[in-house]
This record gives sequence, structure tokens and C-alpha cells, in this order.
Amino acid sequence: MLAGSRAWRLAVWAVVLPLFAVLYGLPIAVIVLASLARTWNGALPGEFTLLHYAEAFRSDSLDALVTSLMTGAIASTAALACGTWAALALRRRVRLPARLLEAVFFVPSAVPSVSVGLGLLVAFSQPPFLLNGTRAIVLIAHFVLVFAFTFGNVTAGLARVPAECEQIAESLGARPFYRLRRVTLPLLTPYLIAAFSLSFALSMGELGATIMVYPPGWVTMPVRIFALSDRGAIFDAATLTTILGVATLIVLTVLSRVSSRAMLR
Amino acid sequence: MVDITAQEIERCAPLDGVRTASRTSGSRIGFEDVSVAYGGLTVLKSLTLTVHPGEIVALIGPSGSGKTTALRVVAGFVRPSSGRIMIGDRDVTDLAPYDRQIGMVVQNYALFPHMRVEDNVAFGLQAQGAPRDVIRQRVPECLAMVGMSAYGKRYPRELSGGQQQRVAIARALAPKPQVLLLDEPLSALDTQIRRAMIDEIAKLHHDLPDLTVLYVTHDQTEALTLANHIGIMRDGEMQAFGEAQALFRHPPTRFAAEFLGRANLLSVGGLTAAGPGEARVRFGGAELLARNPHNLPEGRDCLLCVRPHHMRFAGEGAVANALTGVVQSVQWQGDVHNITLTAEGESLRMTCVPMAVPPALGDQLRVCFDPSEVTLVPEDAPRG
Ligand SMILES: Nc1ncnc2c1ncn2[C@@H]1O[C@H](COP(=O)(O)OP(=O)(O)O)[C@@H](O)[C@H]1O
Ligand SMILES: [Mg+2]
Repeated sequence: MLAGSRAWRLAVWAVVLPLFAVLYGLPIAVIVLASLARTWNGALPGEFTLLHYAEAFRSDSLDALVTSLMTGAIASTAALACGTWAALALRRRVRLPARLLEAVFFVPSAVPSVSVGLGLLVAFSQPPFLLNGTRAIVLIAHFVLVFAFTFGNVTAGLARVPAECEQIAESLGARPFYRLRRVTLPLLTPYLIAAFSLSFALSMGELGATIMVYPPGWVTMPVRIFALSDRGAIFDAATLTTILGVATLIVLTVLSRVSSRAMLR
Repeated sequence: MVDITAQEIERCAPLDGVRTASRTSGSRIGFEDVSVAYGGLTVLKSLTLTVHPGEIVALIGPSGSGKTTALRVVAGFVRPSSGRIMIGDRDVTDLAPYDRQIGMVVQNYALFPHMRVEDNVAFGLQAQGAPRDVIRQRVPECLAMVGMSAYGKRYPRELSGGQQQRVAIARALAPKPQVLLLDEPLSALDTQIRRAMIDEIAKLHHDLPDLTVLYVTHDQTEALTLANHIGIMRDGEMQAFGEAQALFRHPPTRFAAEFLGRANLLSVGGLTAAGPGEARVRFGGAELLARNPHNLPEGRDCLLCVRPHHMRFAGEGAVANALTGVVQSVQWQGDVHNITLTAEGESLRMTCVPMAVPPALGDQLRVCFDPSEVTLVPEDAPRG
């Protein structure tokens, strides 16, 4: 029986591993290879080069990376702050309105992000809300798109903070804000970091809404990648994609390190 | 456990600006006709109870009987639907938990997992804005009080259950609360550690004689060992309340007799008075003499409460309160023999010192008990 289940497990792995390798590995491999290719006519690149990377770090593509990192950081930080506040405010409230509100927050993620961008563009094209052509409207678009995930993550985390710890803190004389600062938020930290990581990753890859609203001086990596590939500069697009992926990976790895340290305590 | 006398504890610096009330008098806890409802369901029904200053009162009862609810209403985590809660002379019914100045310890310790032991203990003082040097002095004192001086730098997850519970007690006592609420503090611990902790809590209270304690448990040993008074809870009502020994010796109801000490309860009839505080009753063919502390009226059917350890083997001669039963089971438990008999169709448990030759199953056994050690208990009113 045990041997049977073992064979079964192996069989599952034998199917799943190649499947994942194909689904995830192949596109990534193709992009990475393309970023290193001088020419690509056959099944594999004909000649390898680092020229595209040298090019990327010389041109204003580097600006795009900085723009993306800043957009992601600012929008995610704002979403985290507001999401945490909203989750705390709605905590232990009547169930239905909170659920309803949660659903409302998720609507922007359910419609095409191009539509969100369009909506923002139209909404903020008239005084007093004249934001077209500003960086702020890009940040707002990202905020709107990631907020639901932040809010959802923090709400889920809050439900797992032991109520007893908070009550004991209260009985020891901790007023609400003191308790929040010394007990609730520290216990919530891993969830806050998870919420931030997810929204940061989403923001780094956001294209649809950004392309509708971005001003000339605030071009994010996805917009630039889209422009390059639109022009047929496939190798350069692949290079920027690789750089974007690696940069995001580095940020998320650092965050998960911080999180596991917070978890340990 | 480090020895600390009451004087030593009194000697420690007063908490300037933290607790103004003096520690010498102690505070009472008062429930005045307190009811609590969750949704439409009333889970605490008109509880009136006073825990006098410096006293330990245990609330005991089966799970779901409303014990925790009673504690939480004192702590301020639930609002009573009616009635008042008093701590000392203050009506705290409308006060937030952080203004009530109570210490609380719960079953699963609820230590702050992200803080070291010493920070856990310091938390209450810090939250109440105690001066830094007071905290620096008080935290080691409290850790010493529960024998955890060596563990200040550890995190809760690095401690055993018993150690965590000591820290939880130190944390609750650090701000010198007037009243301490304990919610099944030992029920997550294994038997041996639990026994040791009962002793330590008793000692702690001996060292802090002004501390008023409300102790919730479902364990009769804890209640009988620690409490001056015991309240027996059932379905949100206090079924019985009394001084611990009196309640054990003369349980006022069937439920109290069964819950506290697993008494034998024999249905008896034909009650007639016999001397002051005593009565004669009929049990099948036998006539038995028992105490009648609740002054049950003549002719009343009632229950005779006999504790298993009060039953003795009767010799051949004529003795009072003798019964003959048939041995149903014999169990050896190391330090005692447990024997079950049936007499007049009712089952009787007795415990006695271990015997080299215990009675065999099916044997006829003549047993007796002292009239001063058996009590007549009214049948509970039928429950609706
Ligand atoms: N937060 C709550 N919401 C609804 N019912 C509750 C809540 N807490 C306790 N109860 C109910 O109140 C009754 C008493 O509970 P509790 O005081 O915890 O009992 P005990 O501590 O004696 O086991 C139980 O029937 C329980 O189901
Ligand atoms: Mg309970």
C-alpha cells in the first residue's frame, strides 16, 4: 500500500514537473535567451551578446526601471496604509457592509485595467480634478488596482491575530492606540509584508491602465517594453523584461526575508 | 520557586503615578444581579456574588456553564445586559477594560509572542506609563515571584507550558492589580505540573494576602485546594455557593454533590427527625441516620449523600447505618482500592486503603458509614 502510494506520488511528480517546466520555464527561457541574442533565426539564438544589456543601462530604460520601482513602492505603500486603516476600521463591524465594501474594492481588478485607465482619464480631465498628464494619475491608477488585494490580505491577517492577546493587553491598561502599536501591528507584520509584496508585484507589471494615463516624463517598464516590442525591437524588449523580472524578484526576496524574521518572533 | 515573603513584596517601590489605591486594603469583586446575553441567548442569569477582599472564590462547573462569561464581564470584554459590576467601591460596569485595573490569566497563556519574557512582564507597567526605574525594578521582582528569573531574555515559544503560565501570572501581577481573574489557568498543563502549580498559586496568594482572586476551573481539586468559597455554575446560573468545606460536606443540591467530589447519592424516603440537625430515613429495608443541615421536612423523599471515602467495612456486630451490597467491580489504583457495590438496586462506590486480599466479584459485603459524615440533600427541582 505504502509502495503503491509512493509510486503514485512519483507518477504525479513525473507529470507535474514537466508541465510546470513547460508552462513557466519555457516562456522565461525564451525571454532570457532573446535578451542575450544577437540574431535568432533557427530553434536557438545564432550568436550571444550582452549588447542589449549594455544598451539598456545606457539609455533611458534605466529611468523606466526607477520609475517602475518608485511607482510600485509609492502606490503599494499608500495602499498598505489605507488598506490597513480600512481593515482595522471595518474589523468587528457588522458583517454585510464590510463584505460589500470588500467586493466594491475588488471591482477594479475584475474589469480590464484599460477600462480603469480610461475611467480615470475621463474622470480627472476636468477642473477641479485636473490630473491628466501628471505623475499622480499613474500612482492613483496603480493604487486603485492594488488596493483590493492589500485590503483583502490585511483583513485575512487581522482575523488571525489572537483576540486573547489583544484583550490581555487591554486588561493590562493598554489604550486602543497603544495596543495597536505594541500588539496588533507587530502580530500583523507578516501579513502586512505579504500584502505589500503582492501589490508591489502587481504594480511592477501593470500595463493596461498605465498606458492610458502616463505622462511623457513618467514611463514605466511595462510601457517601455510594450513600446519596444510594438516597434519590433524584440531583443530589447526581452532585455527589459528580464531586468524588470530580476528587480522585482530581488525586492520580493528581501521582503520575504524581513517577513520570516518578523514571523520568528 | 524563589522564596519571597509578603514583607519583601510590600517593600518594593510604590508605583508612582500608576496605582494610587493602597495595596493594603484589597478590593472586592461584586456581581450585582448580572445577566449576559449573546444574541438572544442568555448565558449568565442574574448572577449575584461577592468576592471579598483578599479572598479566592472558585467558580466551578461543566463546560458551557458560563464561567468564562462571568470572568469576561468583570474584565470588561462583554457588557452585561443588566446588572452592575463592582471592583472595590467603583462601579466599573461602564468602564473600558483598560481602566479597570485587573490582572487576567487565561488557559492558553496568551503571551505576546513577539516580545521577550521580560517585555511581556513589563507591558502592563509601560502601558500605564510607569517610570522607567520602577519598571526596571519591578520586572525582575515579578519574575522572581514565579521562579522565572533565569528566563527573562527568552521568547514565549522557547518556554514549556508551565513556564509560559508562570510568565502569564507574573505579567498579570506586575502592575499590582487589586483583583486577579484566572480562567482555567492550569487546564492546559499535564497532571504533575498542574499539582505543582496549584501549590505555587496557593503560596503566591499567601504572599499577596490582599489580592482578590476569582478563579474559574472545571477541576474540583483546584477549587477545593485554593478557594475559600466555591460557586457551582450550571447553565448560566449559580446553583450553589458556599464555604469550600461546607459545600463539600453538605452539598445543597444533587448537582453540587455530584460535581464536587463525585458523591454516592441514594434515593431515600420516610424522613423523620432524630435529634438536633439529624434525621432518620428509610433505604429499602434499612433505616439510616444522617445529618439534615438543610432542614428537609418530615416525610420528604430526598437523597442521601455518602462520599466514597467515608464508607467502611462493617464487622459482624450491630452497627448504625449498615448496608449489605454485592460487589460489582474491584479496581486497584496503587494508593487506593475502588470498589463498586449494588445495594437495593442502587450503585455505591467506595474507596479504601489497598487490601492484600480484596473482596471478590459477587461477594456479599456489609458496609457502614458514620451518621455525622452523611448528609441529606433535596432532589433537584425538575428542570424545564
Ligand atoms: N462570543 C460568544 N458568542 C455567542 N455565544 C457565546 C460566546 N461566548 C460564549 N458563548 C456561549 O455562552 C455559553 C457559556 O460559555 P462560557 O462562559 O465560555 O462557558 P464556560 O467557560 O463555563 O465553559 C456557552 O453556551 C457558549 O456557547
Ligand atoms: Mg471557559
